[in-house]
Amino acid sequence: MDQPRQPSLTTITIPKWRTAVNRFRQERSGGSGRFLLLTLVALGCWLGIFGVVFRVLRYLQSTSEVGVPLAAKGLSILLLSFASLLLLSNLVTALSAFFLAKDLDLLVSSPVDWLHLYLAKLGETLLHSSWMVALIAVPIFTAYGLVFDGGFLFPLVVIGALVPYFVLPSVVGSALTLALVNIFPARRTRDLLSLIAIGAVGGLVLLFRLVRPERLSRPEGMRNLIDYLQGLQAPTSPFLPSEWASQMIMNWLQRTGDPLPVLLLWSTAAAFVVLGAMLHGRLYHGGFSKAQEGAERFVRGRAWSGIGARLFRSMPAARREFVLKDIRLFFRDTTQWSQLILLAVLLVVYVFNIKSLPLFSGEKVPVFLVTLVVFLNLGLAGFVLAAIAARFVFPAVSLEGKQMWLLRSSPLDLRALLWSKYWTGTVPLLVLAVAITAGTNLLLQATPFMMVVSLGTIVLFTFALSALALCFGALYPRFDTENAAQIPTSFGGLVFMMSAVVLLGVVLVLEATPVLGYLRAQFAGEDATMGLGMLASLGGVVLLCGLCTVIPLRIGLRRMEAMEF
Amino acid sequence: MIRLTKLTKRYCKFTAVDGIDLEIRKGELFGFLGPNGAGKTTTMRMIAGILQPTAGTIEIAGDDLAADPLKAKQRLGFIPDRPYVYDKLTGAEFLRFVAALYGQDGEAVERRMEELLDLFELLPWKDELVESYSHGMRQKLIISSALLHRPEVIVVDEPMVGLDPKGQRFLKELFRAFVDRGGTVLMSTHTLDTVEEMCDRIGIIVGGKILACGTMAEVRQQTAGGDAKLEELFLKLTGGVIDREMDLILD
Repeated sequence: MDQPRQPSLTTITIPKWRTAVNRFRQERSGGSGRFLLLTLVALGCWLGIFGVVFRVLRYLQSTSEVGVPLAAKGLSILLLSFASLLLLSNLVTALSAFFLAKDLDLLVSSPVDWLHLYLAKLGETLLHSSWMVALIAVPIFTAYGLVFDGGFLFPLVVIGALVPYFVLPSVVGSALTLALVNIFPARRTRDLLSLIAIGAVGGLVLLFRLVRPERLSRPEGMRNLIDYLQGLQAPTSPFLPSEWASQMIMNWLQRTGDPLPVLLLWSTAAAFVVLGAMLHGRLYHGGFSKAQEGAERFVRGRAWSGIGARLFRSMPAARREFVLKDIRLFFRDTTQWSQLILLAVLLVVYVFNIKSLPLFSGEKVPVFLVTLVVFLNLGLAGFVLAAIAARFVFPAVSLEGKQMWLLRSSPLDLRALLWSKYWTGTVPLLVLAVAITAGTNLLLQATPFMMVVSLGTIVLFTFALSALALCFGALYPRFDTENAAQIPTSFGGLVFMMSAVVLLGVVLVLEATPVLGYLRAQFAGEDATMGLGMLASLGGVVLLCGLCTVIPLRIGLRRMEAMEF
Repeated sequence: MIRLTKLTKRYCKFTAVDGIDLEIRKGELFGFLGPNGAGKTTTMRMIAGILQPTAGTIEIAGDDLAADPLKAKQRLGFIPDRPYVYDKLTGAEFLRFVAALYGQDGEAVERRMEELLDLFELLPWKDELVESYSHGMRQKLIISSALLHRPEVIVVDEPMVGLDPKGQRFLKELFRAFVDRGGTVLMSTHTLDTVEEMCDRIGIIVGGKILACGTMAEVRQQTAGGDAKLEELFLKLTGGVIDREMDLILD
């Protein structure tokens, strides 16, 4: 029999890009409001990034001698940071694309040769992992092009630098995943990779924060300019592709005709693709076969379940089992519990930031300043809690996913479900809210009045926040996702964060009056008394948070009752 | 036991179920047949309370599903065609959870669980995570969960898919014994031999409308089918494959 003609790469990737096009059309026709909002948010982000980079570059350009090297160094460090993120993202994406995707059974069982499969899946991995970095790069390079007068060919130069720069981490990520899958079963590898990825991102953030970059803005801390520049040299190396990409772009902007970075980038990328393909040819078949095995049989968290069962013994059966089920699923799903690492990092950075504030460096600090910082800290704590609620409470409804048939066909009162989801999310959030607010207020040496106001506000805000997260989670569920970590980054997650920030803003505005009244009294040396205005403001906060707890829960319940599967 | 009155389900302009009237009596095993996309699963999911009808009513053992859903659902056991369960729970944890959804817990539930798991040969697997179960084992687990609260009515969509011949035989006997004890089963399947062998009455739905309903004899009469077998009657109502098209595919 003749060798069958190989389908082209375009043919193999048709389902993927057609799906993307159809999803885009659906999004657009599903509601122009949603599309408009997303476009506005994206444009806002672009403009924000562009504005900041443009201003910084303009400033650097205006400072003679060190300005341009600093701009180049900045670009090199930026590309290096992106490269590490790209590598992590490619590792996780390659596992899905090469070993867990639903279309693999069809592709592997059809007469498609391994090279075509490799290139198609490499392309898919590359696009999925790099699109966000590519989008962020647009305003940054626009700013570089405008400030340093890159000319109309500059976009082509940037594309020429970024394509191989994106290809390299994709090849390395795919090859590492291939090796890991041949050692561990794919599902274990997925757990391992999510853990590595989240741990690494957390580590990077932590490292960045703990080196205290704000010191760079205080030149009195540096001995001289040479030290400063040497400090900036440290993280990069002439052997890194990010450095080559940065040199290629900066050479163009500085009109330097050096072809070496271009050659290095493209030849290395090409060589890596060839090596990656060879590795794929040797290891993929065995790895794919292994990926079909290895469902987890080991049961984690039996001891915790036992404690939970005793703890919730007095609750009605349905509610108790619901809470227990949610706790079990959380701690048995690596994509869920591993996010606790990010949470821990977020909290460490937050407390570290508060501790690093130069408030208590010897001099006596006015009460006004301390009170102001404590008040602003309330806003910051609220924002941190909103981010945590987006991670852990917002996905609660979506996570019921394909099992909703069971809940809807049983005589379970959906209020019990909502009740369980609400309290499972709210109680840990509340403990955290009180701990961070009280802890940071103690660090800031807040007055008793501010301590009471902060704690009262954060408790009320947490109740409302949890209800809002559940409500938006029910309004914009993502039942199709296999990775819980992706749910908060959906459109609904964005809308929830926006509404949480608006609520936080209104609460802070309402509380500004009593806090100002208190400050005035302190300033005048009088005892702060509860006037009518103060009471009305605080009452307004209680009323607002109460309404924002009850109404979203009702809307969420109604939405869940109307859900169809 | 199950009464559907003018039951309709529309998705935008498409009508999936078109005003069907149907009554399934106590102690009856009813076979629900139809080609793919005829509206079987939509009807069953409406009866299970998962989909909301666009119009019409559903009564389960005299309780209106819309007016008193919790009471109606208490009497019902639903077995879907796709066995989606929580992968990260063990079989025993899943059953305990389902029992709690029906307001049951304690020693009685533990005993019932053991009985059912033993009956479906899942006892050695009860403390393993569901993600390690095969398709057939998941199906058995879901069937166990539907029987856990001793329902009066079972609505089951394609129960034989994924089961081995032994499992299929066992399930047939189980449903038969269930209706003999006064229970009611509404079962959809494409295995026409099974329907002919097991069901007291059948209904054939095409394009959202019931075209024939009754005992085998009554369906034959309604379709002027003489002594044709169910397969022939089914093809007559739903349209068979044209020989010319088959030639085109195979030549």
